[in-house]
Amino acid sequence: MKRLKALAATTASVPITLFGLVLVTFLIGRVMPIDPVLAIVGDRAPADVVAAARLELGLDRPLYVQFWIYLGKLAVGDLGRSVMTSHTVWEDIKRFFPATMELATVAIIFAAGIGIPLGVLAAVKQGSRVDHVIRVVCLAGHSLPIFVLALLSLLVFYATLHWAPGPGRQDILFDDQVPSITNFLTVDALLARDWEVLRDAVAHLIQPAAVLAYFAMAFIARMTRAFMLDALAGEYVITARAKGLSAARVIWKHAFGNIAVRLITIMALTYAGLLEGAVVTETVFSWPGLGQYLTISLLNADMNAVLGATLVVGITYLAFNLLADMLYKLLDPRVS
Amino acid sequence: MISRRALMTVASATPFFSLAGEGWADTPKDTLVIGKQIDDIISLDPAEAFEFSGGEVDGNCYERLVVPNPAKPSEIIGELAESWTVSPDGLTFTFTMKTGLKFASGNPITAEDAAFSLQRMIKLNKSPAFIINQFGANKDNVGDMIKATGPNTLVFRIAEKMAPTFVLYCMSANCGSIVDKAVVLKNEVAGDLGSAWMKTNSAGSGPFTVRSWKASESVILDANPNSTIKAKPRRIFYKHIADPSAQQLQLQQGDIDMARDLLPDQLKAAQSNPAFKLSSAPQSYIMYLCLNQNVPNLAKPQVRQAIKWAIDYDGIQQNIVPTTYDVQQSFVPKGMMGAIADRPFKKDIAKAKALMAEAGLSGGFELVIDHYNAQPGADIAQAIQANLAEIGIKVTLQAGEQRQVITRYRARTHQSAILSWGIDYFDPNTNAETFCVNIDNADTARNKTLAWRNSWQDVDLSNRAIAAVKESDAKVREEMYASMQRDHHMRSPFALLLQATGWAVMRKNVEGFHLAGLGLRTAFDQAVKI
Repeated sequence: MKRLKALAATTASVPITLFGLVLVTFLIGRVMPIDPVLAIVGDRAPADVVAAARLELGLDRPLYVQFWIYLGKLAVGDLGRSVMTSHTVWEDIKRFFPATMELATVAIIFAAGIGIPLGVLAAVKQGSRVDHVIRVVCLAGHSLPIFVLALLSLLVFYATLHWAPGPGRQDILFDDQVPSITNFLTVDALLARDWEVLRDAVAHLIQPAAVLAYFAMAFIARMTRAFMLDALAGEYVITARAKGLSAARVIWKHAFGNIAVRLITIMALTYAGLLEGAVVTETVFSWPGLGQYLTISLLNADMNAVLGATLVVGITYLAFNLLADMLYKLLDPRVS
Repeated sequence: MISRRALMTVASATPFFSLAGEGWADTPKDTLVIGKQIDDIISLDPAEAFEFSGGEVDGNCYERLVVPNPAKPSEIIGELAESWTVSPDGLTFTFTMKTGLKFASGNPITAEDAAFSLQRMIKLNKSPAFIINQFGANKDNVGDMIKATGPNTLVFRIAEKMAPTFVLYCMSANCGSIVDKAVVLKNEVAGDLGSAWMKTNSAGSGPFTVRSWKASESVILDANPNSTIKAKPRRIFYKHIADPSAQQLQLQQGDIDMARDLLPDQLKAAQSNPAFKLSSAPQSYIMYLCLNQNVPNLAKPQVRQAIKWAIDYDGIQQNIVPTTYDVQQSFVPKGMMGAIADRPFKKDIAKAKALMAEAGLSGGFELVIDHYNAQPGADIAQAIQANLAEIGIKVTLQAGEQRQVITRYRARTHQSAILSWGIDYFDPNTNAETFCVNIDNADTARNKTLAWRNSWQDVDLSNRAIAAVKESDAKVREEMYASMQRDHHMRSPFALLLQATGWAVMRKNVEGFHLAGLGLRTAFDQAVKI
């Protein structure tokens, strides 16, 4: 009962956080030193055209009225229309967000699949050469600018070895070949049972996902190592070892079992971070994702798009945070 | 910190990089794949599109009544118009349309379509509408001013006498594209004159039609079988590639046939690579330094001149933008009627210092220059900062995103700025008006020309610019612009610096394509891959 109450309290904080997010983004958008009308009418439009556009956007009204109108529309699911794409923001999000999510999901699978074993290995072999090598690999992940890694990856795997296809989400031969049902290209290809498109989509996905995963992997590996070192020094691990359990059983069942819950939080937050922070990777790999959409919209003061995209990123971040919180509370009996 | 440019320059020096290797998948033979930054497109409707990429797409999907002659742009030829006459009072233009032409839909092209297209543009009153409504048309009177008087006869009556060349060049702008009335009205929603549908579709008679536009991703054009211009490629595929380095890589790998946004270093590498061929043409963009006349020191004529004499134009061009810009010191860009080749200024520090002393500012002063943070704006701003330091002007550079800088500029809150300006239509008035005319210097002025934005009023030049657009004799008109530019050099608060050069780098198997100069259509219909 106590746990359910805690979960209910956590869930109740979501709308308040979202309201705060919308309010802050809205205010930032309105005080930005960029005239939003410029994106619509351009630099050359005469004063009356500018004034008409300002009126159409409701920019002549007081800020609180503008915000109230926006909230009213938001309540009925109307995110407005993007100036830059001419589509409704909702349509844009349905197109751009799955592309980013597809990329981030594969990246987090790579990152966790490699980062966790590496972190465990580094902890078990603390101070050894293996630990040092893993530290260097992770350090590079933290310190190399992502565009350098992305371009180097393209030069090596695309331009030299021809192992990977070039930037983009798919080859132009397959453009529009499968119907966009979910806008996850791999899923749509599966649904259409078009194996050629699926193969092409997966091939295009691997390289940017791997680049993105490298940075997430470095973080996950370092955190895993730190958690494991803490766990391996625990009395229960010493007891397990004294009882004569195998090394693998001690490491994976007793030590790792105890840090798994904390790792869930790390992975959930890293995943959420990948969803919002893939803009450089998306730019270099010409990946039509939410990061690029948000950046272009922001630079053009396309405020409906900025607000809509920020809201989606915020909701996703909160959802993962909430999920991690819930899992943490459900899986670890010590957390009330 | 490794810059992207430095990384790619090193990479271009490596042997593997200079080879155009086999691509992962070659582009289809009948499809021309163009790598380009196309995220500037906000609409493909010619009544709304006013951005570079949108204009290029429309140029391939629509035809206009008249266009500049590609072989001799100072001449106007008919595209959908067979001929035209101007009434003796200079107020009525009568166009006779070519017969037997069809839209992509198969519908015949009539004068009614032409009247509808121009009326629609005025009624929608989007960004480019001013190009035609400057002749007195508005949503209330446009039905009378522009009308079809027969199946092949269109009459355009203007409110005030203007130079016929001016009127015709304005009609050759992208917004003068003729749309298929039946198709547009079929897609009309809630009286929007088909505006929502036209943003992402086409209804023209050009050699291509829009198959799809995915913002920040791709534009696909298919050949129009009903066009009189028979397109050789079956399809044009614009692929949005934001990063020039990624464009270069994909061109080398054969995943694209043409790259449009390569940087100077990359162009240099491409020039010496036999796997590629290049096409270049002067573009309409002029880069300039402006001096706000609300700043007392900048209002002194000697200071304006001193700044113009302190700048190392050749050094900037040769060292920063050797391939992508040429020195240009006059407001009419090269390639347009009225352009002059004069280059009155070169770096002369002694002369500049003398002018500063004459202004009573031999000790210099402090100045803030706004500029775009993207290259080459930042490098050029630093070069000018160094140049002005030599005459005692201590410059603080203030970098910003393009729209941020323009917002400050339009609000006249800048001191000085380095900016670019491109033509709106292919007539010298487009730049003469903005660089010279400032009739109403109040904050509430309707036309916020560049002269207004810098609070500069020169009554003589304003009047001469207004007079030039009414001059019927093309030769006299050309001379008027030449003389205005020479006076502008000496009096204006604008130091004109550079004119952009556009480049297309193609794989060697692409033939039949040449990048168009300003005012002309960048046509892909004759491009083939051998």
